[in-house]
Amino acid sequence: MTPAALELDRITKRFGPLVANDAVSLSLAQGEVLALLGENGAGKTTLMNILFGHYRADEGEVRVMGRPLPPGQPRAAIAAGVGMVHQHFTLAGNLTVLDNVLIGSEPLLRLRSRRAEARTRLLDLAARFGLPVDPDARVADLSVGERQRVEILKALYRDARILILDEPTAVLARPEAERLFGTLRGMTGQGLSIVFISHKLHEVMAASDRVAVLRAGRLVAERRTTDTTPAELAELMVGRRVARPRRAARAPGPPVLTADRVTVVEKGETRLDAISFEVREGEILGIVGVSGNGQATLGRLLSGLARPSTGALALGGRDMARLSPRALVREGVGRIPEDRHAEGAIGELAVWENAILERARDPAFARAGLVRRAAARAFAADLIARFDIRGAGPDTRTRLLSGGNMQKLILGRTLAMNPRFVLANQPTRGLDEGAIAAVHARLLEARERGAAILLISEELEEALGLADRLQAIVKGRLSDPIPAEEADTRRLGLLMAGVWEVPHAA
Amino acid sequence: MRLERRTHVPLAAAALAPLAAVGLALLLAAGLIAAAGVSPLAAYAELLRGALGSRLALTETLARATPLILTGLAAAVAFRARVWNIGAEGQFYGGALLTAWAGHALLAGGPPVLGVPALLLLGMAAGALLLLGPVALRLSLGVDEVVTTLLLNFAVLLFVGLMIEGPLRDPLAFGWPQSVPVASDLRLPDLVPRSRLHVGLLVALAAAALVWAVNARTVWGAETRAAGLNPRAAAFAGVSLPRTLLGVAALSGGLAGLGGATEVLGVTGSVTTNLSPGFGTAGIVVAMLAGLHPAGVVASAVFLATVFVGADAMSRATEVPSFIADVIMSASLLAMVVALLLVTHRVAR
Repeated sequence: MTPAALELDRITKRFGPLVANDAVSLSLAQGEVLALLGENGAGKTTLMNILFGHYRADEGEVRVMGRPLPPGQPRAAIAAGVGMVHQHFTLAGNLTVLDNVLIGSEPLLRLRSRRAEARTRLLDLAARFGLPVDPDARVADLSVGERQRVEILKALYRDARILILDEPTAVLARPEAERLFGTLRGMTGQGLSIVFISHKLHEVMAASDRVAVLRAGRLVAERRTTDTTPAELAELMVGRRVARPRRAARAPGPPVLTADRVTVVEKGETRLDAISFEVREGEILGIVGVSGNGQATLGRLLSGLARPSTGALALGGRDMARLSPRALVREGVGRIPEDRHAEGAIGELAVWENAILERARDPAFARAGLVRRAAARAFAADLIARFDIRGAGPDTRTRLLSGGNMQKLILGRTLAMNPRFVLANQPTRGLDEGAIAAVHARLLEARERGAAILLISEELEEALGLADRLQAIVKGRLSDPIPAEEADTRRLGLLMAGVWEVPHAA
Repeated sequence: MRLERRTHVPLAAAALAPLAAVGLALLLAAGLIAAAGVSPLAAYAELLRGALGSRLALTETLARATPLILTGLAAAVAFRARVWNIGAEGQFYGGALLTAWAGHALLAGGPPVLGVPALLLLGMAAGALLLLGPVALRLSLGVDEVVTTLLLNFAVLLFVGLMIEGPLRDPLAFGWPQSVPVASDLRLPDLVPRSRLHVGLLVALAAAALVWAVNARTVWGAETRAAGLNPRAAAFAGVSLPRTLLGVAALSGGLAGLGGATEVLGVTGSVTTNLSPGFGTAGIVVAMLAGLHPAGVVASAVFLATVFVGADAMSRATEVPSFIADVIMSASLLAMVVALLLVTHRVAR
């Protein structure tokens, strides 16, 4: 019998009093796709970091093709054919795709890098595994989906035989995710073995051969995917039942925010092309689409960081196109940014400082240019209590919060001012089920209260569960809106593929 | 071996880091002193006596600390907002030159109550302008301010040389290249009679207190910190990066220029090209040892002044050259950089 491609044998890892992994044993057969399912904090990432040599296990052993891996050495893991695609990409934004793939794969002392050969090899891998990339594009200019492809290619370029993907779909839209899983299937056909970490049931069901469920550091179950159901996995993962809230019927009021044929040109490129939409009081408008189709610019436009080149943007009937971020906030615009680490909060600042960051010059938090620290701390304490932000006090460094709690902080500071319009850009990206349900409930509460909400999402379930109407964004253009009642995954899938344009052309 | 970010930085470690760095630097220098054939303990005792052992020594050390406090604050203010001002030396000279010229030609004969503050403000303005240019270039064209501010140091020093050999040359200086002197009633009064310690020390201490208040208590101070830590998130939250960074540039350059102004008005009365024995660059060390904290700046400025003044005395009494002071300064900067890394990170294997 051939040895398993990968074996984890009773891995235990402690961080102080916390047992992140408790005697976890797993094996992966060659050509198999194993899903590692668990909530945030269940120990999935720790386990994979041990496997890859980022951490050293306190007990236990990792074996690749029957041979033990020396612990704590990523180089040894790479040499043994283990490739890891991290959730937070490890790419250098100012270098090209080719440079990023090459970094670290060439001997330091070689005088010239063999770029021509490397390019051929990269393009060859890209074609073979269905991961199209432009080797000369600057990584900073790529969408997240494209960056992920670069990460995977980086691992393949180093001859990975076992690929570990940490939450690979956290940043992908449904069609992109489906394509990724199709790609992964093709890879197993060529002998690769794959472990992917996920907390999304539908993709685990769709893409894996076998599922291992982690909860609180323990392996609680292993199932053949064909022998289990999403409901069973959900219970195993959470330990109880959770359900996302659904919106209740509510008649919308008058339009709060209207965009009329707005075009945005950034760095000489038309990012948004004559888009029109309106968001009404007490309504959620969902903008769905594959990442990199103009969502980021739409987010910047409605956050006060980008200006329309032509077209009109009005808030409550008044022009808002020229308003700065601060002025927008004063006008009652709440903004939940796409990337909470890069834009939403500053990790090194205390929770209270982030809580008032957008309104630092608001009379509630500043007097005569001085920070009203007591008021700001009280506000933060109030947010922590009202929005159930766990593991934090007003003076906690914000980077110590988990993703879900950081998002609750951003959501809290946004909703606490009772905004009449809310931009929610990928509000649940990377969050676990519990946190997603909490964020959804808050957004629906705001809608109930009469806020007009624009939800930009790459998650179809999310858009279908929350939005009253939906528009698809493709290459900077928006489809006409369709009511949520008429939308299903198939129709949305077509819209997101840009199929709505066909009838107009015909 | 890898470095991992600590989730929690112990306060004691952060506070002890500069002391450990200084200790290590003194230990390294002790090796060199021993190599020069002198007992390190005896040499350091000589150094301490020379810097702190008498009233005169003490005033000399504090006089030397005064410009270091101001250039240290200049670096601390800038670095906190991630504006890499390496040009405090040039800004110092810019402030000194404008002060000397105005104190001789523009404001001489006027009432000192107005003249002295006006001269200090002019010195600040000159320093501020010298940093506003590089920061404006960074904002508009993305020019790295490390390069521009560093190179401006040489340009300013050459300009000072040009001026004091030419239009601003003091005709009564017996051929010494030295600028025209500031009117004597516009000089800063001495703090201790018959010493070089002048009221500038109080100006520097007030500046430190002011910088602390601005950093810790004002909205602007919070915004500069946010802009330094994460410019994208700061911009998203509505902090105007150009306005914030230009403000930082004005304050940082102004503080360095104020250093030059107080040195001229308090100590020399005129400008020479050796007015500063590297106060600008030493200011960077002062700020780093201080962890960019204004109170720490005062402490580390006094420390470095002690080393420099004491090393002179030590070299007179022993065989150790006074250059050992530069070694101690440089070694403590290097040790501090390592110490800071170890405070925020831990070594994981």
